[in-house]
Amino acid sequence: MKKTGKMIFIGLVLAFLYLPILVLAVYSFTKSTNIGAIRGFSMHNYVTLFSTPELVNMITGTIALALGASALATILGTVGAIGSFYSKKRTATMLNTLNQIPVVNADVVTGFSICILLVVVLGISKDTFIPLVAGHVTLCAPFVFLSVIPKLKQMDSSIYEAALDLGATPFTALTRVVIPQIMPGIVSGFALSVTLSLDDYFVATYTKPATFDTISTYVVNATKGAQTNIKTALWALSTVIFVCVVLLVLIMNIRSHRAERRGS
Amino acid sequence: MHRRTFSRKTLGIPYAIFLLLFVAMPLLVLVYYAFTNGQGEFTVMNLVGFFTNPNTLGTLFYSFGVAIVTTVVCLLLAYPTAYILAISKWKSKTVILLLFVMPMWINFSLRITALKEILTFIEGNLAYHPFLNTVIGMTYDFLPFMILPIYTTISRLDGSLLEAARDLGAGEMQAFLRVTLPLSVPGIISGVSMVFLPAMTNYVVLDMLYNSTYIMGSLIGSYFSAYNWHGGSMIALVLLAIICLFTLLGGGQEDENARGGSLL
Repeated sequence: MKKTGKMIFIGLVLAFLYLPILVLAVYSFTKSTNIGAIRGFSMHNYVTLFSTPELVNMITGTIALALGASALATILGTVGAIGSFYSKKRTATMLNTLNQIPVVNADVVTGFSICILLVVVLGISKDTFIPLVAGHVTLCAPFVFLSVIPKLKQMDSSIYEAALDLGATPFTALTRVVIPQIMPGIVSGFALSVTLSLDDYFVATYTKPATFDTISTYVVNATKGAQTNIKTALWALSTVIFVCVVLLVLIMNIRSHRAERRGS
Repeated sequence: MHRRTFSRKTLGIPYAIFLLLFVAMPLLVLVYYAFTNGQGEFTVMNLVGFFTNPNTLGTLFYSFGVAIVTTVVCLLLAYPTAYILAISKWKSKTVILLLFVMPMWINFSLRITALKEILTFIEGNLAYHPFLNTVIGMTYDFLPFMILPIYTTISRLDGSLLEAARDLGAGEMQAFLRVTLPLSVPGIISGVSMVFLPAMTNYVVLDMLYNSTYIMGSLIGSYFSAYNWHGGSMIALVLLAIICLFTLLGGGQEDENARGGSLL
């Protein structure tokens, strides 16, 4: 009986987390504009979502920003982590401390301070996308740094020295020996960056060009407006993203399962 | 390639420059703006203004209220969830854990939209329960960030400690209170730090749920809209001070769970 109680508790918490998304998914396939009475099956929300230029641009823009900023952040964070790992203790401590600031800082403060420096003080126009990209790279790079450092610590340092003894230049040894070993950290840093950038509202809202919207800034503005067809098209978007995340998790799990089996 | 001068240490330089430019500089500029007025003259009026204006002070206390209640609610839901999952021997344990983490990867504004539709359906008019809705919204948004670190800490506990407690005659309840709970404090601390600060600053959740009351983040937003960089900087600085305080209180531990990183 005790086990049932536990399962009910877990079930309730899961229901709290998932019911809103699932209910909205059901309603996204109807003509309803409010949760309540269901009025007929319809795909019109999905048609609106993928045929309204404004919505399509917003989605592709968000994805492009996430991938671009994450790529930059991954390069910077990885190189920084390697540099910091092999630096003297004092330099490393300084880098770690600075790196920790955006991690613990509130995104509002990060976004606002970058806006002040780049836009207000240096006068860089938001339309150049420089403040936005800089903001997102600042948001993401520290997390790449944090996911690469543990892999460097786990690494067997004698392999690098063996490469040098066998005649590799430090640069070759780095690209052919060190990088492959810390690859899992780099990959998870990149993935984390993408999710951070996709989820960000605050940095984007303070640094983005007026004519550009990410999913978050668009959704927040759209909920204040009263355009019903846009509102329900966003239900479709939420459903699409939910399905994508589920698929991604499934693929990842199946792959790691296979890798485990191969390993054993 | 400068083979002779290349060293792994030099790799830290680009990242150091990046951190100085986009992390340290913005914060220094923030300090400068917070203590100057529109004419660029030094002033403490922004600081004095913050602590003498009943509105900003009220906002500070309201933010603390929202954050404390949200954190407590999250903790009350997250601890049992994490505990049940961590000590259970269910086969589908990892899948269930994944279910709790997955919402982190779905855009928060879309999730809040979903929640808003459900709450509107239940309550009719969201304006009647602004505080309740805010706490529900933030709990909905931040709960996974509390569950994950607590789960990680409990599942890493040395099982032999509990066995020893039982051998020495402790009942299940006593073993939990005197062994498991104290040892899971690090997880609780990192969970709390990941919920408390966002709850003070994420004003979008309030906005989207039609709570017109301000929290600290909203102040920055309103100064930003009014192009009042000096006032906004002061608020950001106060927030930074609060964040510093919390980081120091939390022991500044490196957090591998930060924003779901460990599972990616």
